[in-house]
Amino acid sequence: MARPLLQFNENGIYCAAGDFYIDPWRPVDDAVLTHAHSDHARWGSKRYLAHDLSREVLKYRLGDITLETMGYGETLYKNGVKISFHPAGHVIGSAQVRVEHKGNVWVVSGDYKLEDDGVCTPFEPVKCNTFISECTFGMPVYKWKSPKEIHDEINNWWRKNKEEGKNSVIAGYSLGKAQRILQHLDLSIGKIFLHGVIANTNEALARNGITLQETTRITSETSKEEIKGAMIICPPSALGSPWMRKFQPYSFGYCSGWMSLRGAKRRMAADRGFVLSDHADWDGLIQAIDATDCDCVCLTHGYTASFTRYLNEIGFDAHEAHTYYGGDEASEEDHLTTDIVNSEGDVITDKQVSDAQEEEEL
Amino acid sequence: MKDFALLFAALDETNKTNEKVSILRDYFTNVSDSEKIHTLALFTGRKPKRQINSTLVKQWAMEMANIPQWLFEESYQVVGDLGETIALLLPESKGRHEKDLAEWIAEINSLGSLTEEERKTWLLDSWSSMTQQERFVFNKILTGSFRIGVSQSLIVKALSEISGLQASTITHRIMGNWNPDTFSFYDLIQEQDASDDLSRPYPFCLAYAIQETSDKQKTAEEIEADLGDPGEWQAEWKWDGIRAQAIHRQGKIFIWSRGEELATDKFPELHPFLYDLPAGTVLDGEAICFVDGHPMPFNVLQTRIGRKNLSKKILAESPMAFIAYDCLEFAGDDIRSMPLAHRRSVLERLHILTEHKDIFRISPVVNFSNWKDLYDLRLKSRDNYAEGFMLKRLNSVYQTGRKRGDWWKWKVDPLSVDAVMIYAQKGHGRRADLYTDYTFAVWDGDKLVPFAKAYSGLTDKEIKQVDYFIKRNTLEKFGPVRTVKPELVFEIGFEGINKSSRHKSGVALRFPRILRWRQDKKIEEADSIEVLKSMLGD
Repeated sequence: MARPLLQFNENGIYCAAGDFYIDPWRPVDDAVLTHAHSDHARWGSKRYLAHDLSREVLKYRLGDITLETMGYGETLYKNGVKISFHPAGHVIGSAQVRVEHKGNVWVVSGDYKLEDDGVCTPFEPVKCNTFISECTFGMPVYKWKSPKEIHDEINNWWRKNKEEGKNSVIAGYSLGKAQRILQHLDLSIGKIFLHGVIANTNEALARNGITLQETTRITSETSKEEIKGAMIICPPSALGSPWMRKFQPYSFGYCSGWMSLRGAKRRMAADRGFVLSDHADWDGLIQAIDATDCDCVCLTHGYTASFTRYLNEIGFDAHEAHTYYGGDEASEEDHLTTDIVNSEGDVITDKQVSDAQEEEEL
Repeated sequence: MKDFALLFAALDETNKTNEKVSILRDYFTNVSDSEKIHTLALFTGRKPKRQINSTLVKQWAMEMANIPQWLFEESYQVVGDLGETIALLLPESKGRHEKDLAEWIAEINSLGSLTEEERKTWLLDSWSSMTQQERFVFNKILTGSFRIGVSQSLIVKALSEISGLQASTITHRIMGNWNPDTFSFYDLIQEQDASDDLSRPYPFCLAYAIQETSDKQKTAEEIEADLGDPGEWQAEWKWDGIRAQAIHRQGKIFIWSRGEELATDKFPELHPFLYDLPAGTVLDGEAICFVDGHPMPFNVLQTRIGRKNLSKKILAESPMAFIAYDCLEFAGDDIRSMPLAHRRSVLERLHILTEHKDIFRISPVVNFSNWKDLYDLRLKSRDNYAEGFMLKRLNSVYQTGRKRGDWWKWKVDPLSVDAVMIYAQKGHGRRADLYTDYTFAVWDGDKLVPFAKAYSGLTDKEIKQVDYFIKRNTLEKFGPVRTVKPELVFEIGFEGINKSSRHKSGVALRFPRILRWRQDKKIEEADSIEVLKSMLGD
């Protein structure tokens, strides 16, 4: 039998025919990235290929890298292997990577969700022979409500906090969740402030031509008076840090798919948990996999064992693959804590953060 | 039900005591009296009888959710709560209902007369009419697992605010043998004292530990600094039995355990002395097994607590006595507001008069003139069949619940061994989807033999690290249990140890828990089974 077009090895997902890696977790010569989250876009490779809209964020996060970008639907060849990007709907600039060689088509999903979040280009199914899919939320207990319902909950919560004389602090990952929360906030309620990491990320996105709602960066000069009744968006890593003190009295909300379970919600000790995820839920995963018409599906990060077994029972040819994108059973702890920041919310270092501390989800 | 489900959700969403009280107050102000009393019953652990066993509930949920059993079980592992798992797995409902909590509970209580098929239809219809949030609380009630993270004192506070009654009055009225069919909201808040319930116990006075952690010993000097003049204190041994209130009123006797369970029938040996007490007497003390004039370890008592029928053999092997240490009611008068010294003299007089001195015992006062003497004596607690001392201020009243200042427990240090983690299982509730339940082993020659399971004792951060280790060092999976590579060593503390033929190790521990993670130790340095056996005594 011929060598599979993509293989999992100690460095990442490898394409031998094209001699490149997709989302390598160790430094390699040629890295093709699905998106700019740090568990997928790691530092140290010689050359990177990513979607146009990931360009500025990648430069902000990984520094001076050799980076080539292209848009959705465009194609590029590496050693005769055809590569193209297709919308994954996960975060701005996230792509499914399609590779084709000698009539054989493989697609690497990266992270994805099916709902249109109003911020990034919505997911599009891509037909393929083999589909490598994430399954972070691959258990049937994970079923998302409509995003509209969640955004209404967030705005109502903000309004109520303001009436009670409290500030609202909401946490979500600095790339993806933060912009998604921001774009659906009702500015008639009050002002929106950003943690430094999110402000930096938004500035990088702005250099990429993305316009977002009006916000103010929190600095050491920001007064308590200014933020009265405001919404403050921060990354999860700010939780419990001295940086939060200035916002008192506040109510703390946390946005994540994990918030659908009571146990996880209680562990986070958030005042409010909002079930808002940038990953596909159980039904979404099955629908996405089905839409590829694939002959074979490989499952990475998440509840791989259970989800693989279930897919096989309902007639798919499914296999478990081991990756370093979150451990075999990604719990929210594997995904927690993001950038190390100082009290002003600026990133202290991007590159020395150990694997365990890196941002995932996400 | 909608109100109740919203109440539950709202309470779930705040950690702040004041907000919880205000949520409860708003709720109690808005719902009917019958819903109020049902809520109070649920919040004080008075659950309706379970009418459908959880195997059937699971089976019907799987059918409705259309998923295989193994996936249901794995989902349960992830969620850590059966009621919540089902609520999450069922398809979204299209129906509606207008029933309140009282009506749902009435339906649950009437299921007894239905056939299995009828119950199934009822359950599927019920689920179809509810929102996810309602299904969750409904499932908890239905499966008899309803619990809420709200202390009784907060509910009492809210009720006190809306009724104008003293909190202590309400606390007393909601104790005892009632259910929503026999006790109404009106009974609860009426003006005159509702002392017509003969069985009603008083809220137990509870002690704080003076030694906050087992890590750091308090010296005699520190105790002196905390408690002052030894002359103001009464010391008694702390007994390892079941805390109980023994009541005799108008020719009727009742024995209540601390968990507010009526345990009269469990302790027939205590009945004669109780009947012989003057009517209108309530004693606080410890129900405990006594053989040859000595209290027996707790596990002797444990063998009979769970039994429905007390056979002759059990009664012979584990005979009960009652060690009294306080008198709360005498000649029909509530004497809790009298000082301890006075209540003690009443108790001693009652004891002099009893003809059942082998059963009705009195906890001896331990004389001491300085804290150093007591400190030294405490180290010999186990020789005296006790777990340490109780320290009570002589001029103190009998408090309601746990109040800091007058009653302290000063326990002897736990026994401990260093052990290796070999199995792990996921936890429940707050610890769902995290490996938090561990089995520990000690060396028996070159084999590791399991001897204890322990859950608590690690910080959240340590739990995270251990969980990370387990997920990456699993050797085998047996259902929910993982065999873990023997590598992590923990210091396991416990209160007592006994021989056991039911355990592979030959020993059973009382209250095993993790004292600390010994990251400095290798598995070769863990203790052996001989160390445990040497702690058995005779």
